[in-house]
Amino acid sequence: MQSIVSSYHLCLAHPPPPVLCQRLLCHRIPSIRLPSRRSTTSLGLFTCAAVSRESEMAAKEDGQDPRIPKIASSIRVIPDFPKPGIMFQDITTLLLDTEAFKDTIDIFVERYKGKGISVVAGVEARGFIFGPPIALAIGAKFVPMRKPKKLPGKVISEEYSLEYGTDKIEMHVGAVEPGERAIIIDDLIATGGTLAAAIRLLERVGVKIVECACVIELPELNGREKLGEAPLFILVTSDAA
Amino acid sequence: SLPKSLNKRESERKTADFFIFRSSLTMSGNKQEEDPRINGIKTKIRVVPDFPKKGIMFQDITTVLLDPKAFKDTIDLFVERYRDKNISVVAGIEARGFLFGPPIALAIGAKFVPLRKPKKLPGETIFEEYELEYGNDRLEMHVGAVEAGDRALVVDDLIATGGTLCAAINLLERVGAEVVECACVIELPELKGRQRLKGKPLCMLVEYR
Repeated sequence: MQSIVSSYHLCLAHPPPPVLCQRLLCHRIPSIRLPSRRSTTSLGLFTCAAVSRESEMAAKEDGQDPRIPKIASSIRVIPDFPKPGIMFQDITTLLLDTEAFKDTIDIFVERYKGKGISVVAGVEARGFIFGPPIALAIGAKFVPMRKPKKLPGKVISEEYSLEYGTDKIEMHVGAVEPGERAIIIDDLIATGGTLAAAIRLLERVGVKIVECACVIELPELNGREKLGEAPLFILVTSDAA
Repeated sequence: SLPKSLNKRESERKTADFFIFRSSLTMSGNKQEEDPRINGIKTKIRVVPDFPKKGIMFQDITTVLLDPKAFKDTIDLFVERYRDKNISVVAGIEARGFLFGPPIALAIGAKFVPLRKPKKLPGETIFEEYELEYGNDRLEMHVGAVEAGDRALVVDDLIATGGTLCAAINLLERVGAEVVECACVIELPELKGRQRLKGKPLCMLVEYR
């Protein structure tokens, strides 16, 4: 919280009235750190824009983006899939709701546009549904991260743990370059194993992970802890079981 | 069953000399003027020999996705074609159809329906079987995702033999949707997939011979 307040006061041209200040202190949306080469002026403009957007959101119920309840209600929960005890978060019903799908993409695009992000990495297969529209809108390349043996040509791979055993994800050699700034997209974060593997893959080739972004988080599974330094941005939280 | 030519070493193959963006009206073969964006897309497709096995020249579209302009042009070409056609459903075939289908669906205001391998979709599904070189596979769709009277577009990165696309058409028609067209970035015309689409038109951007 402290860092949000200090950068806030540093760069504001027009400080908001105290009541909004207080709301923003409670606001849980983490801010994105810009690359240090940015000038103070543009940083100021960004913060002002973020403040005005966030104050708009704070002005509504509890600081939540008004599009989120509709997105949350469009997600279908299927009990006992893929096995008994698991409440499966089905985003296919979100994709059937044209407004909810558009709003989902818009929220991510508004967050990441103009932040020097050149790579959107999406984890197979549901990350392929959300990643490309975001990449297209912010002018970044899309890099698919896939299960073994799906990508042709030279790949690098990273192992991660499953409940029983391990799995791998792969990325093309040469898809990304050192110094690029990336976000990683998936529909949902559970234990964080897949996202952590994706982070390791990108960091191995010198890419900076700006943020991981998912539609849904299952906070009881503590996936956030596996992401190390990488922040996590999510729209909706849900119970795991 | 698949033609044997799928496995033959295709040392004589070269990328098509011409790139035709055909409309459904020109199924009979009239050539249209090449859209200037098509060459930029075509040059970004990477051909990987002997993948997934010897003799196959794999058409890798991931290199198109790495070029924001080429990727945007690909989507724009399809969106321009379909935006005024009252398409209510874009069905994308797992997994590379998921890369192109959702951006098209979002731009034209249609719902996106994933067509998936078995056991991936939770809840009630219907399935359609199709032939592989050895054995069969299945394509599944959620019950209730598509309604009778929906006008549908089927999207995949590539059409080869047309088996998967035919299964997709069957799934959509079984629930009473009208399949307006199939859209693929790449066609392998020698495999004659176009003839297996139950009379539905095919729109593609790039041929590979």
